[in-house]
Amino acid sequence: MKTFTYERASTPAEAAAASARTPGAKFLAGGTNLLDLMKLEIEAPQHIIDIGKIGLNKIESTPTGGLRIGALVSNTNLAAHPIVRRDYGLLARALLAGASGQLRNKATTAGNLLQRTRCPYFYDTNQLCNKRVPGSGCAAIAGFSRQLGIIGTSTSCIATYPGDMAVAMRALDATVETVKANGAKRTLSLDQLYRLPGQTPHLETTLEKNELITTVVLPPPVGGVHIYHKVRDRSSYAFALVSVGAILKKDGTGRVAVGGIAPRPWRIESAEPLLPSGAKAFTAQLLKGARPTKENEFKLALVERTLAAVLNEAKH
Amino acid sequence: MEETNESTISRREMIVGTTAAIAAITLANVMGTQAAPHSVPLSLAKVSFTVNGQSHDLEMDTRTTLLDTLREHLHVTGTKKGCDHGQCGACTVLVNNQRINSCLSLALQHQGDTITTIEGLGTPDKLHPMQAAFIKHDGYQCGYCTPGQICSAVAVLNEIKAGIPSHVSASLLDTPQVTNMELRERMSGNICRCGAYSNIAEAMSEVAQKQA
Amino acid sequence: MKFETPAGTNPIDQLKVIGKPTDRIEGPLKTTGTATYAYEHNDEVTNPAYGYVVGAGIAKGRIKAIDQTKAKAAPGVLAIVTAASAGPLKTGQFYVDRLLAGPDIDHYHQAVAVVVAETFEQARAAASLLKISYTKTKGAFDLAAAKDSAPLIKQGQFSPPPTTNVGNFEGAFASAPVKLDETYTTPDQTHAMMEPHATIAKWDGDKLTCWASIQQINWGVRDIATVLGIPKENIRLISAFIGGGFGGKGTVLSDIIAAALAARAAGRPVKVTLPRPLIANNTTHRPATIQRIRIGATPDGTITAIGHESWSGNLPGGISETATAATRLLYAGANRFTQLRLAVLDLAEGSAMRAPGEATGMMALEIAMDELAEKLTMDPVAFRIKNDTQEDPGKPGRKFSSRKLVECLQTGAKQFGWNKRQAKPGTVREGQWLIGMGVASAIRGAPILKSAARVRLSREGIVTVETDMTDIGTGSYTIIGQTAAEMMGISLDKVVVKLGDSTFPESPGSGGQWGAASATSGVYAACVKLREAVANSLGVSLEEAEFVGGQVRGGNRSYPLGDAAKATELVVQDEMTYGTLSREYAQDAFGAHFVEVGVNSYTGEIRVRRMLAVCHAGRILNPKAARSQVIGAMTMGVGAALMEELVVDKQVGFFVNHDLAGYEVPVHADIPHQEVVLLEDLDPTMSPMKAKGIGELGIVGVAAAVANAVYNATGIRVREYPITLDKLIGKLSING
Repeated sequence: MKTFTYERASTPAEAAAASARTPGAKFLAGGTNLLDLMKLEIEAPQHIIDIGKIGLNKIESTPTGGLRIGALVSNTNLAAHPIVRRDYGLLARALLAGASGQLRNKATTAGNLLQRTRCPYFYDTNQLCNKRVPGSGCAAIAGFSRQLGIIGTSTSCIATYPGDMAVAMRALDATVETVKANGAKRTLSLDQLYRLPGQTPHLETTLEKNELITTVVLPPPVGGVHIYHKVRDRSSYAFALVSVGAILKKDGTGRVAVGGIAPRPWRIESAEPLLPSGAKAFTAQLLKGARPTKENEFKLALVERTLAAVLNEAKH
Repeated sequence: MEETNESTISRREMIVGTTAAIAAITLANVMGTQAAPHSVPLSLAKVSFTVNGQSHDLEMDTRTTLLDTLREHLHVTGTKKGCDHGQCGACTVLVNNQRINSCLSLALQHQGDTITTIEGLGTPDKLHPMQAAFIKHDGYQCGYCTPGQICSAVAVLNEIKAGIPSHVSASLLDTPQVTNMELRERMSGNICRCGAYSNIAEAMSEVAQKQA
Repeated sequence: MKFETPAGTNPIDQLKVIGKPTDRIEGPLKTTGTATYAYEHNDEVTNPAYGYVVGAGIAKGRIKAIDQTKAKAAPGVLAIVTAASAGPLKTGQFYVDRLLAGPDIDHYHQAVAVVVAETFEQARAAASLLKISYTKTKGAFDLAAAKDSAPLIKQGQFSPPPTTNVGNFEGAFASAPVKLDETYTTPDQTHAMMEPHATIAKWDGDKLTCWASIQQINWGVRDIATVLGIPKENIRLISAFIGGGFGGKGTVLSDIIAAALAARAAGRPVKVTLPRPLIANNTTHRPATIQRIRIGATPDGTITAIGHESWSGNLPGGISETATAATRLLYAGANRFTQLRLAVLDLAEGSAMRAPGEATGMMALEIAMDELAEKLTMDPVAFRIKNDTQEDPGKPGRKFSSRKLVECLQTGAKQFGWNKRQAKPGTVREGQWLIGMGVASAIRGAPILKSAARVRLSREGIVTVETDMTDIGTGSYTIIGQTAAEMMGISLDKVVVKLGDSTFPESPGSGGQWGAASATSGVYAACVKLREAVANSLGVSLEEAEFVGGQVRGGNRSYPLGDAAKATELVVQDEMTYGTLSREYAQDAFGAHFVEVGVNSYTGEIRVRRMLAVCHAGRILNPKAARSQVIGAMTMGVGAALMEELVVDKQVGFFVNHDLAGYEVPVHADIPHQEVVLLEDLDPTMSPMKAKGIGELGIVGVAAAVANAVYNATGIRVREYPITLDKLIGKLSING
């Protein structure tokens, strides 16, 4: 881990000001992903602004019946919140399927959204990785890719977004509110937040340097059956091979986002009218243009079958 | 700032935050200067927290994790380093009564926190009920993951009591129960390569029953 | 004391302490964080520096240059040691890996430097400032590609003959009415013990003390001496607590050598722990195998021919994975053939991991038995029972010292509800889940080796046992204490057990499933001597002396045991050595594993629902600790079946998933309540303890039982471990 200087901010404004003052600074919230990467020197910030105790840890109802979630609400507290459990079951389920109890206590809502890939070549600094060292090449495409992406990937990167919560957030049409280092605020959908890799896989989001997510906003609840089915080799504490987050209504319509297959939570709204036709038709549309490797082409079938399981479960 | 160029500040000096050489390096002057952080060979910062009821005022290398602070600086070695990357749970401690992986937390993130390690739960002469149950049910073998397992186990029973649901809870709205499956899911962040899982679940069930 | 004829009745048979499910005596330490592991000796070493091991960034080739300029100038750096500066280093006598390499690189993450600094953070940061440039050369990383040119193994201390033949295998197999000829693969696996390899090294002049995590202290001392070229007498090695080993800490690895060299260079004690992401490629692992099994039988299920060939790879000079070991002994059959071939691969060193040979080989053999049973339309339990043998099928007339494989299978079948298993696969459903049951036999050699101990009696009547035996989670502390208590007629709380220190008498350590039987026998021998000394001291005739309840009775008198040490502490030492019984008898432990799984018919997810093991492993010294050994091994077997695989990148040449997120081992949620039945057994041919090891037996066959259960659930036969859902879903029809 490279040496860095450190300061604690006590308000969001202070954090923004500090970041404006210090080029190369990174915000540290829970730290469960950033510190992991700093130990390997995949991340090497020169300055850390600890935002762990700046507030932003409230969950409040919005006037329109939605929910405002502070960026620093822990995964545990978000999953356990009565309104989330009652009205946003998909979100609670996705959170509880992720990581471990310890990590969920520490990990924050915004930090979770911004977690980086688990590609093993990204994690090993001796290996070629365009995400870690732009232009160096990608060892994963011809290497061990069972866990990696099948769609939305590029010739320079096939890493997957590893998280669960964001899959649910994407299905729920969540938006994020941010504040830039200059104090300007804006709101982004998750589709606007996450980039696809193209030839610049080191750029994962559209956030500017030191732009801080302050809040995640959920629109009013969507009725229906909420299901999050995470498929993995071991029963817990593992990243998804495939996960399906779905909200399904009695008439068979609904929305679906999929994790474990793409550089960002994968949702194609235009495919959703096909949901009443069943898993096969919908998945064909959802995964149109997929370019799996030989090692991960099983994910094509696995998405369809997992969705079929979800549709079956929703009926019962 | 010349003190920070001193390349042989020993560990001992670093944990005693009141030596003159170190006192000069305050957070404010590190932050206040515009010196490129690259030229700062060692960054120190202060933090105060309590560990097992004892308060500590420390000045740490900013990079030091809570885990290494406990083990290498305070010599509270019950908390174990298994992977140092949040992948095993051996470093589990309770911070303000919540379990976390102490390897993925800087010491500096714990200003004002109350930290409980395995040593703070009980001692060989005065075992915590969970420690006693682990012994009775042989919920350990090599013992290396054990402090983390026990800290987690104590927290898990509290989490269930607090009504926090889990991945295997049938309903998100009902109060979770202490079932074998609930315990196993909630304990899954603590790897035991010796494979004492079956016995750990039994130890936890016994403690939960006694608490009920 | 030499053990040459089968044991008669002796003080151990009283079973006042031995055989009881006693809690571990070190439990209060382990559960309160007060057991001290290698890296934690802060009382003994008050001012250590920190060493950080740097692994090679390439798989094979040569270091062109190491630019140390930036690293040397980094804050806190005290020394940098490389092969160039270390002076001549040899390789050890068990592991063949070069523990500090350069300029030649043999495998990825092979240690090439250790950077020493005042603090851990400084050492780690400086390590990344070393600029190492390499010339890569082509390596061999693909076992399948190397298979056809792999030569026969060389016979060695831990290797059987490369080829064994009994009768005429080829002829008998060709003419067998029912036969199976299949190939199975098992992947590379890593021990993933929870405590990373760690050492604190301290020099006092030319004397070296290492607090390390080593399963076999005697090997450790030998190999430190060999690698560093220093006299054994100058080395003290201490491993009082070891955070798991499973064969991966057999003897010296890079952490010890790095710490010792670093401490010499820095002129200060140095502590080194291997970073977790380095361990899989830096240290040893269980090698991958390709196994071909051919079994021929008559329609009534009698095996007439059994052949097992296995291929593995290793660094030059490394050992082979002896996957055919069990096949030579487990089932009857007049015509037999085994063969082992070993390719040179430029991956990290392959070596022992829990039940080396048997665990790997039985992953294949016990699927093959399931497949052949189906061809014979026989129940898999009945087929195994049909082919039981009470003598070594390779050496007619050589009896098994004790073997209740049939009882293991029968007891297990009854207790597990095996009669509810549907022979036709894919026919039991619960909602989305397909349910199946599987069985496998277990066999593991029961070696016993020379072991010594020292026992002390104080005037307070406290008996202290000292041996360099280690406790890697196996329960050594407790069973050794129980042995001494039984022998001296005292309660367990009057015994102090001190282990894992090279200043103590030599044991064979923890490995090969020999630890429990060997070490307790050494303690038995020493206690026999102590009983003599006590009788002498008290003036009681040894023949009359009874050691009961802390008293010594004889000649109508009764003395507190401690009275024998009134004048001075009694200290005696002895060792147990062995004659020829292990050649006269086949000495093995046996078992049977039963598993029920559910397979999600949509996603192919596999979840273990029930597990049962029945074991026949000599006298069970402590049923609680023995059961724990078995459930732990069963857990590791589930990992082997369903998830564990070090994935080889055949282009780059390394194990890609080299951390605990990438290499998945079972977690709590994977493991249901486990049942273990320990059948009563006394094996007087082993030692006066009449005990065998059980810790490795417990893993043998488990993975195959899981595999067979998956087949029974789905009708899909997977012969490439691990059995993951991607190998199922293409053939799995959705139900539910």
